[in-house]
Amino acid sequence: MTTKAQAVLDWVDARFPLTSSIKGHLTEYYAPKNFNFWYFFGSLALLVLVIQIVTGIFLVMHYKPDAALNASGIPAAFASVEYIMRDVPGGWIIRYLHSTGASAFFVVVYLHMFRGLLYGSYRKPRELIWVFGTLIFLALMAEAFMGYLLPWGQMSFWGAQVIVNLFSAIPVIGPDLSIVIRGDFVVSDATLNRFFSFHVIAVPLILIGLVVAHIVALHEVGSNNPDGVEIKKKKGADGHPLDGIPFHPYYTVKDIVGVVGFLIVFSFIVFFAPEGGGYFLEYNNFIPADPLKTPPHIAPVWYFTPFYSLLRAMVWPLFGLDAKFWGVVAMGAGVVILAFLPWLDRSPVKSIRYRGPIYKSLLALFVVAFAILGFLGTKPPSYAFFGVIPGAPVAQLFSLYYFLFFITMPWWSKMDKCKPEPERVTG
Amino acid sequence: MSVDQKMDGGRRQLLLATSAAGGVAAVAVAVPFVGSLTPSERAKAAGAPVEVDISKLQPGQMMTVEWRGKPVWIINRTKDMLDSLKKTDELVSDPKSDKPQQPEYAKNETRSIKPEIMVAVGICTHLGCSPSDKFKTGAESGVSADWAGGFLCPCHGSTFDLAGRVYKNKPAPDNLEVPPHKYLADTKILIGEDGKA
Amino acid sequence: MKKLLTALLFTPLMALANGPELHLDKAPISTEPAALQNGAKLFVNYCLNCHGASYMRYNRLQQIGLSEQMIKDNLMFTADKIGEPMRIAMQRDEAKAWFGAAPPDLTVISRSRASEFGSGADWLYTYLRSFYRDDARPTGWNNKVFENVGMPHVLYELQGEPTAKINEHDDGHGGKSKEIEIEAPAKPGKMTAEEYDHAVADLVSYLVWMGEPMAETRKSIGTAVIAFLGLLFVLSYLLKKNYWRDVH
Repeated sequence: MTTKAQAVLDWVDARFPLTSSIKGHLTEYYAPKNFNFWYFFGSLALLVLVIQIVTGIFLVMHYKPDAALNASGIPAAFASVEYIMRDVPGGWIIRYLHSTGASAFFVVVYLHMFRGLLYGSYRKPRELIWVFGTLIFLALMAEAFMGYLLPWGQMSFWGAQVIVNLFSAIPVIGPDLSIVIRGDFVVSDATLNRFFSFHVIAVPLILIGLVVAHIVALHEVGSNNPDGVEIKKKKGADGHPLDGIPFHPYYTVKDIVGVVGFLIVFSFIVFFAPEGGGYFLEYNNFIPADPLKTPPHIAPVWYFTPFYSLLRAMVWPLFGLDAKFWGVVAMGAGVVILAFLPWLDRSPVKSIRYRGPIYKSLLALFVVAFAILGFLGTKPPSYAFFGVIPGAPVAQLFSLYYFLFFITMPWWSKMDKCKPEPERVTG
Repeated sequence: MSVDQKMDGGRRQLLLATSAAGGVAAVAVAVPFVGSLTPSERAKAAGAPVEVDISKLQPGQMMTVEWRGKPVWIINRTKDMLDSLKKTDELVSDPKSDKPQQPEYAKNETRSIKPEIMVAVGICTHLGCSPSDKFKTGAESGVSADWAGGFLCPCHGSTFDLAGRVYKNKPAPDNLEVPPHKYLADTKILIGEDGKA
Repeated sequence: MKKLLTALLFTPLMALANGPELHLDKAPISTEPAALQNGAKLFVNYCLNCHGASYMRYNRLQQIGLSEQMIKDNLMFTADKIGEPMRIAMQRDEAKAWFGAAPPDLTVISRSRASEFGSGADWLYTYLRSFYRDDARPTGWNNKVFENVGMPHVLYELQGEPTAKINEHDDGHGGKSKEIEIEAPAKPGKMTAEEYDHAVADLVSYLVWMGEPMAETRKSIGTAVIAFLGLLFVLSYLLKKNYWRDVH
C-alpha cells in the first residue's frame, strides 16, 4: 500500500474501528474449516434480505397504498401493482424479484433453522444467537404478513381479515385490540396504510437491528460446525484455532459459489415460474379485494401454513375459554417454543452425527410432521387424503407431536445413546 | 496458512475473470432498476403529441393547449404584429435565433412555419414561470411607453417579443422554446411530433 | 433437503384432491401473432362493451404485430389516444343494476382463473363454450362452469343457441346431484362448432397474452440470465477450489 493511502487509513482508524472491524469479522474471524452445504443458508438469508430491501425501495416509488376505487372501479393499490407490472420500465422484474424473494426468504430461513437442529447450533454458548434468530423469524412473519396485504387482492384482504380477527380471541382486550390493529371495524384503507408503514419502515428497521445482533453474537462466540465441537479449545502456536480458517478469503469465495447457485434457482422461478404454481403468487390475488365477497377457500401463503394448521387443530374449549383462543395460543406457542430449545435439549453432544437413534428418528418425524402440517394448512379443513383419510385429525395428531417433540425433549435427549464426540473436527 | 501468501498466476486469472463476470452481472442487474426511474408508459401516453384545431383562432388571438404538462401557446399574429418584429430586432439578445431553442424549420425571422402562426412553449427560460401576454402596444400595455407587444414574465420581469425572443439585459437567457410541431392540414397542428426524428 | 424430498414425495399423491370436481378442457392456446390478432379483434368487438381492460394500453397491441394505424382504425372504439388503456363507457352502478354485479376488469382475468383443476386459459376456454339456454335466468342464459352467472352468452350469434339436459339423481347421501349435459345448438350460428372452438381459443390466447404481455420477454431474458449465471458458477467454483487447495 502506498504511504499516502496508509496515511488516510491511519487517520480513519484513529477515529473509527475500520481495520480492526475488517480483521475481527472477516480476515481474522476464524471459522471451522468443515462447513458443509447447510452452512450456505445464513449468508443466503442475508442476500435475500438485501434483495428485498433494494427491490422494496424501488417498488415504493410506484406503489400506492390506497383502497379507494379509481375511475375504472379498481382499487388504486391493486391498480398500482399492475401499473408496476406493465407501465414501469423493468417494473415486472423488480416486482417478481420481490414476490419471489418473500418465498425464498422463508425457504432459506427454514433450512437455516433446520441446520441449527441438525448440528445443535443453539446449544451453549450460542443460546443468545438462537434467541435472536427466533425473534428474526417472528419479525419476518410480521413483515411478510403485512406485505401480503399491499397488493390488495382477494387473498390479501381476506387473509388479513382472518389473521387480524385472531387477535380478537384474546380474552378481555381482544376485540378492542383487533380494532386498534385495523384502525377500523373491517380491514380497510386505514389498515392498508398502517400495514404499508410497518412493512416499509418499522419492521425492516427491527429486522436489520436483530440481524446485526445475531451476527455480532455469532462472531463473539464463533461458529458451530457439523461436528458440534468447539474449535477454540484446540489452538495452535499462533493463537488461532487449529481447525479454523479465516472467513475471508476462504468462506467468502465459498459463499459466492453458494450465492450463484442460489441465484440460478431463484432466477429460474422469477423468469419461468413467478407464480410458483399458485403458491408464491396466489391466483385469487389477481382479483381486486372485494369486502363483500369471500373467495370459497382462503389459505395463508405456504410459509405460514404449518402454524396455521396448529391454529386450526384446536377445536375444543378449555378452562371456560373458547377454542378460537386456544388456537391462537397454539399458533403463538408453536413459534415461541423454538426460543426455548437451548434449554430443552439436554444431550451430551450437539451434532446429529454423534446423537443416538432416538433423536434421529424423532427429528425425522418432526420434519414429516412439519411438512404435513404445512400441506394441510393449504387445504380446507374438510380435506381428506385420497378422499378417505380425513385431514383434520391427522393435523391434530401432528400438532400434538409438534409440541411433544419440544416438551419431552429434556427427557429423551438425555436418554439417547450418543456416540463420543471427536476431539477435533472431522473432514 | 496465511492470507498474504503469494498469489500465483492461475489464481490471479480466476480472480480477474470472476470479478469481471460479477461486474457484468452487477451492471445487468442495474438495468431494470435504473430503467424503472425513467418515464413510465403512463407518463409517455400523457406526453404524447397533441392535435390542435386552429380554424377558430382569429387574427390577434392566442390559445393555450397542454403538452407534456406544459402550456403551449398558439398565436395568430396580425400584419401589425409581424411588422413589430422588425422593430424589436435590435432590442432582443438573439435576433437570428442562433441558440437551439427551436427546430430547424422555425429558425427564421418569425420563428414559425407559417409566418402568422406562432407556436411556443409558454415557459420563461429563466426559472420556469409562465409569462403573461401583453399584446397592446405603448403605454397602454403597462410595460413601457415604447412597448411593441409581446410577453412579460411576472416573476422576474423578463420580456419577450411576439416571436418569443427575449429582450436584452433581462434575467431570462434564451428565447422561448418552439416545440416540434407540424401541420396535418391547413388548420390542424400536431404538437410534439414533426416527422423528423 | 429431507423436507423437500418429503414434500415432493407426498404432493402428487395428495393432489388427488377432493371437493367439487371441475372438469376443464385443455385450451389449445397459441402465441402466434395471427391468433392473438384475431383474439384481439374478438375481444374488442364482443367483450369490451361491458368489460374493461383498464391496465391494457392500446399501443401495446403493436407487440402482437399490429401497426399504430391498424389499431386506430380497427380496434380503438373506446379511446381517442393510442396510449390510453382499454376503458369502457358503461357506468359501474348501471352495470351492477343490469347484471347483478359489475362485470370484472379482464386485464388479468386469465391469471386469476387458474386453479388446481387447470390453468386460467383452460377455465376461460371451457367457460366460453359452456353457455346454454335457461329461461329461469334473467338473461335467458346459464353456464355449466359458472352456475347462475350474470353474464349472457355474448358469442351466441357465432355459436348458435345451445340447450342443456339436466339430469338429477340421488347422490347417495340423501341429496340430489345435478348433471348438466349441453346439447349442440339446434340452429347453428355464423360458425360451425369447429370454427367456434377455434375462435374461442384465439380469444383465450389473447386474454392470456394480455394478462402478462411481457411473458415471452421474461422467458427469453431468463434464458440469458441463467446461462450467464451458469458461467459465473463455473468460474466461482474454480476460484473456490483454487483457494481451498490450501485447506487440509
